[in-house]
Amino acid sequence: MFFGVIAVIAVFFMGALAIPWLQRNRDRPGRAFSDKKPGDFTHPVVIRKPGGVALVDTGKKDSHGQAVMVACATCHDTRDPNFNANSGESLKEFHQGLKTQHGGQTCLSCHNHEDYNTLKRADGRPLDFSESMQLCAQCHGPQYRDYQNGSHGGMTGHWDLKQGPRERNHCTDCHDPHHPKYPLVMPVFPPKPVIGEAIPSADGEKSH
Amino acid sequence: MENQPTSGGCGSGCGCHSDPGGQADATRRNLLKAAGVTLGAAAFAKAISPIVNWSRENLSVDEFLQQHYRELDKEQLAAVMKRLEQDAKKNYGADVTISDHRPQKGVKFGYALNLSVCIGCRRCAEACHHENNHDRATNNSYIRVLEMQKGSMDIEHGNAHYDHPVPHPDKFYMPVQCQQCDNPPCVDVCPVEATWKEDDGIVVVDYNWCIGCRYCEAACPYHARRFNWTKPVIPKAEINPKQSYLSNRIRPQGVMEKCTFCLHRTREGKMPACLEACPTGARVFGNLLDPDSEIRKVIDNKRVFVLKEELGTRPSFFYFFDE
Repeated sequence: MFFGVIAVIAVFFMGALAIPWLQRNRDRPGRAFSDKKPGDFTHPVVIRKPGGVALVDTGKKDSHGQAVMVACATCHDTRDPNFNANSGESLKEFHQGLKTQHGGQTCLSCHNHEDYNTLKRADGRPLDFSESMQLCAQCHGPQYRDYQNGSHGGMTGHWDLKQGPRERNHCTDCHDPHHPKYPLVMPVFPPKPVIGEAIPSADGEKSH
Repeated sequence: MENQPTSGGCGSGCGCHSDPGGQADATRRNLLKAAGVTLGAAAFAKAISPIVNWSRENLSVDEFLQQHYRELDKEQLAAVMKRLEQDAKKNYGADVTISDHRPQKGVKFGYALNLSVCIGCRRCAEACHHENNHDRATNNSYIRVLEMQKGSMDIEHGNAHYDHPVPHPDKFYMPVQCQQCDNPPCVDVCPVEATWKEDDGIVVVDYNWCIGCRYCEAACPYHARRFNWTKPVIPKAEINPKQSYLSNRIRPQGVMEKCTFCLHRTREGKMPACLEACPTGARVFGNLLDPDSEIRKVIDNKRVFVLKEELGTRPSFFYFFDE
């Protein structure tokens, strides 16, 4: 009986202590959530588009100092297609400095000799320059798959499309179609030693 | 004779005498004592001068009495952030906005990095440096890009000080930043609970509660934490004015800091600064709890791994190679 009374008093006592303690944790910023929720996709994912029509720099400047650009058809409308050409050096004139290193492709593997303002799929169907990702995807399937899954290609904007849009790079933003391998670059922003850090020797091993 | 009291001496039998030679001894001793006391006092003053100066210049009473971030209510936190904005104006001349970004419900952040396409250009580290208001003189950044020998996975043998055109054909490049562990050793060791893991997985620091003991820096197996050895020096024009209390506000001297996955951006739905800066698209960021997110597609379809898995830290940062 006596211990029962003690137990009841103890329970009330603990409750009296616990209730204010629980209430004290309300409205603390450290425990609150933001009112933002991820959810319905309301903003678009925009893929940067390459220009619709290809223009080639003639290397000449006009009277305003602007480069003179010329459309493909200006020359190619009156010439027979050369199906063997696979680099700028193999040509007698024009496209001379064009660096090409893209597998064993010839120019006309991708360019449409019937309409130079378009590209050509592997099956011969024409393809607009603005749709050139489809051309790349014919051979580079794993990369295209990864691109669609969001794990290939740079992007800017929002991870949460509920809160804002996203802009994604096109293949040609990073890869020159004529020599697509990403070039060597010099690293930027060299780290400077902070106090207590050992600078590694030339072989790259840290000296502890 | 030695024990006999002698007139003019001290009388204790210590051997001193009242002759002129004894006078000279006493003077020399006193001089040495005085010199010792002076030198000692000067050394003591010099030793404590950083504390005295630091207290006088930088620590206001409000700051000294400030509560832990998680103990502050809304009004108190607003007052603290206002004071910090005024401090930034006073110390750096910059007009900054300090906000309190909270986690979103149903979000746990994850990050993945494709080691097949990272070229080691360090643009992520540079973007981090500017986004997070790091000290300009030290080139500090939350990201350390390691040049690794192909075939090796030991980050302790990575070299961060490479300086040649990248990528080198025999190397691969592994940027390492805070892995936002689910079992963070840095949080366990903090003696004052100045660092903790938030509901969206980000491990944060209350820079005003941190005592700068650097236990967390020692505990982190990824070398992801940084210490503010000096007061950060940043030109007024280069200060990123969009700041958050737990994230990129300018840190005081003597406290720890760490990557927060740019929570001032990501809790607003934006990508982290390092991802946007990456020229090769090696980085994938998103919500691990959303089965349709890019980060989940990477984890579901790629052979991802985490660094030092054997330590049981359970990172939220994943690495993978293509194919």
